[in-house]
Amino acid sequence: MFYRPLFRFVPDGTKIRFMRGRFAGLITSAVLSTASLILFFHPGLNMGLDFKGGVVLEVHTQTQANFPGLRAALAQAGLADANLQSFGTDGQGVLISLESRATAAQTQTAISEAETALNAAAPGAKILSTQAVGASVSHQLFAQGLEALGLSFLMILIYIWFRFEWQFAVGAVATLVLDTTKAIGFMVLTRIPFDLVTIAAILTIIGYSTNDKVVVYDRVRENLRKYKSMPLRDLIDLSINETLNRTLGTSGTVFLAALPLALFGGTALSGFAMIMLFGIVVGTSSSIFIAAPILLFLGEHRLRRSATLPKAHGG
Amino acid sequence: MLYFTRAKTLGILFLCLLGAVLCLPNLGPRPAFVPSFVPWNQVHLGLDLKGGSYLLLQIDTGAIQKQDINSLVDQTRQLLVNAKLGYTGLHGDATAEQVVFHALPGQEQAAMQALRALITYAPNAASPSVTLSLAPDGTITIAVPEATQAQRNAQAITQAITIIERRIDGSGVLNASIARQGEDEIVVQLPGISDPERVKTLIGTTAHMTFQMVDSNAPPGQLAPLGDETLPMSDNPQQSLTVFSTVAVDGADLENAQASTDPQSGQWVVNFSLNARGAREFADVTTANVGKLFAIVLDGKIIEAPVIREPITGGQGQISGNFTAQSATDLALLLRAGALPAPLSIVEEQSVGPELGADAIRAGAAALSLGFVLVLAFMGTFYGLFGWFANIALVVNLLLMLAILSIMGATLTLPGMAGILLTLGMAVDANVLINERVREETRLGKKPLAALEAGYKRAYATIIDSNVTTLLAHVTLFIFGSPPVRGFAVTICVGIITTIFTATVLVRLITSRWYIARRPAQLPV
Repeated sequence: MFYRPLFRFVPDGTKIRFMRGRFAGLITSAVLSTASLILFFHPGLNMGLDFKGGVVLEVHTQTQANFPGLRAALAQAGLADANLQSFGTDGQGVLISLESRATAAQTQTAISEAETALNAAAPGAKILSTQAVGASVSHQLFAQGLEALGLSFLMILIYIWFRFEWQFAVGAVATLVLDTTKAIGFMVLTRIPFDLVTIAAILTIIGYSTNDKVVVYDRVRENLRKYKSMPLRDLIDLSINETLNRTLGTSGTVFLAALPLALFGGTALSGFAMIMLFGIVVGTSSSIFIAAPILLFLGEHRLRRSATLPKAHGG
Repeated sequence: MLYFTRAKTLGILFLCLLGAVLCLPNLGPRPAFVPSFVPWNQVHLGLDLKGGSYLLLQIDTGAIQKQDINSLVDQTRQLLVNAKLGYTGLHGDATAEQVVFHALPGQEQAAMQALRALITYAPNAASPSVTLSLAPDGTITIAVPEATQAQRNAQAITQAITIIERRIDGSGVLNASIARQGEDEIVVQLPGISDPERVKTLIGTTAHMTFQMVDSNAPPGQLAPLGDETLPMSDNPQQSLTVFSTVAVDGADLENAQASTDPQSGQWVVNFSLNARGAREFADVTTANVGKLFAIVLDGKIIEAPVIREPITGGQGQISGNFTAQSATDLALLLRAGALPAPLSIVEEQSVGPELGADAIRAGAAALSLGFVLVLAFMGTFYGLFGWFANIALVVNLLLMLAILSIMGATLTLPGMAGILLTLGMAVDANVLINERVREETRLGKKPLAALEAGYKRAYATIIDSNVTTLLAHVTLFIFGSPPVRGFAVTICVGIITTIFTATVLVRLITSRWYIARRPAQLPV
């Protein structure tokens, strides 16, 4: 364990014909991404507090929380929109969320009304945290974030174009867009709230996925120089096989790092980590089954010619 | 591959050591033996780890405009009256930032002449205080230029920040940070406070105090007559009193305010003293109105309305609402600090009590440590000795990241820590690439040294391409993203840079030292 490696994921010199699955891969991805887009519009993301606005109070009651009683007390205080949820494992944690009010002053009034009602209904209850976000702040943040994301994709496109060929750049960015849409679909399905923390998770996935695509493409580029007459299809298969251990090695490490966070990192971390785990699986498989086939389709004729001297050949 | 000049070796080791040293401040506050010129930068802990309050306040610029337009209406009326000119339909429009009236026929030019006194230039002002225009039908418009209004708003926000600072300092909260954000917002961060509600009240209260005479002739329970206003009592909003709208003495003339207990009743009171002008006005009003009620009004609510027993000429007075020690102290503090130029509203709030945390932090810390241990174990199992070299680099990487984040004074939240852990998880990619490459070269039949040489050289191109791509994407996010995204992008960028250093340069140094010492016939790959 300390000197020699104990395991390998796959034996050396595998010859899996990944490109045979190119249609299946692209179709699956297209279907999943389309489904994700539909989910994005209906029912839509579960917007977190950061983007929806509203109030969330985290409360810890002295004894077992009496949910019907608390609900009634809050309704009586004029907070009919209060939504109660249990959190933690001891049955004494209550999350109270209120919708956003028209003005900041009304929001503050609602918070103090909730606190008063709570103290009356559950004496000794402690308010662990209060969060209130106005609805107006969020739209601006959202639009700005999307714009920044688009620009960073453009930057990736330009850099890969500059370092490789345009086919690589298009393949990488198209795959990134597909990956990101799937992550959104995953968030809609799991109802993980979309907030600043989950945005950070999506950014991390994009970073990871970019990294993974560049590594595979890098090997393709190298092999294009090395094997001048090999058909592109075989060459891509060879490149993926050669980098398979590294692909699985890196994704394995990141997966292991995120796993404990998803399993028992608590509410603060589990959403973030779940998206990461999903993103690692999607990002790794898309390098093989999406980014590589796109390269094959786009570059079947052109790349071979630019890598070799101009001579007649069949794709 | 093997050759490192002495200077380079020392440089690499120095950087690693520097990173470790720069992390030290995070262990605790500056010890006595560290002189004050040595920087002592720590990573700040976020609200989720430490508790405290974050408030995003917005100043009500509409209220400032309304005040300004109202006073402009008064000034206009005064000027026209002084010049003995007639007018009709004089009114202000706060949204359009203008005052409009009709001059009497034949007096248009005289009115324009008289109003010229309104046009003043504040120091450094880009535009005049108002502009005048006369329409053919005799309508005169006094408009406030947009630039002037913007400057007024900016002044108001600066003033508000100063007053909030005074209030927070006076309340005994330590390490507060108060900063302007955007055009009309103020961010207040209060780490580790235990009673966020009190601070919220302290910050959110406008604290505009006035003394107004009670109109005892006003018919009760009806609409207030012209020149009067009906104000609620602060301790019982159902009750109200009708007072004269004219302010007898303004709170701006307060010089000092202190909370104390009244020796006779033993109740908490606030003693105040007025400046010379306020004292004179107070003396005049109380002399003229002995036996009548006068109201002490704070932000449109009457605190109390005592009977004036005798003229108060010394400029000293006492407010005795139903105060507790806390509320008397806070009111005195608010009066001392001064009134906010306009009401502030809390747009965004995040308060975390000291109780939360403990459990969440324990779960988070356990999960984070386990994740890190799993990464180390994974590398050791799959890559043997070279994996352990990579693990050393990983620990150094963590220290370097922490050092840079400390220098920047970054704020670390639980999700932020998760981000760092995942960055470390991805950092091993560089070593995975190198090790796989060395292994490939070995399988091609290369001798150990040649395999290492080729492995590092080939993997290096890939590492640079993949990391630079990610780096560029995050630099773009940093430039164009909103503040929270920016913070995250910075962390990732820092991670990429430290990774390139530790995973390639440092690991190569360790590997070369090992190779020179052992000269193995076969590489453990």
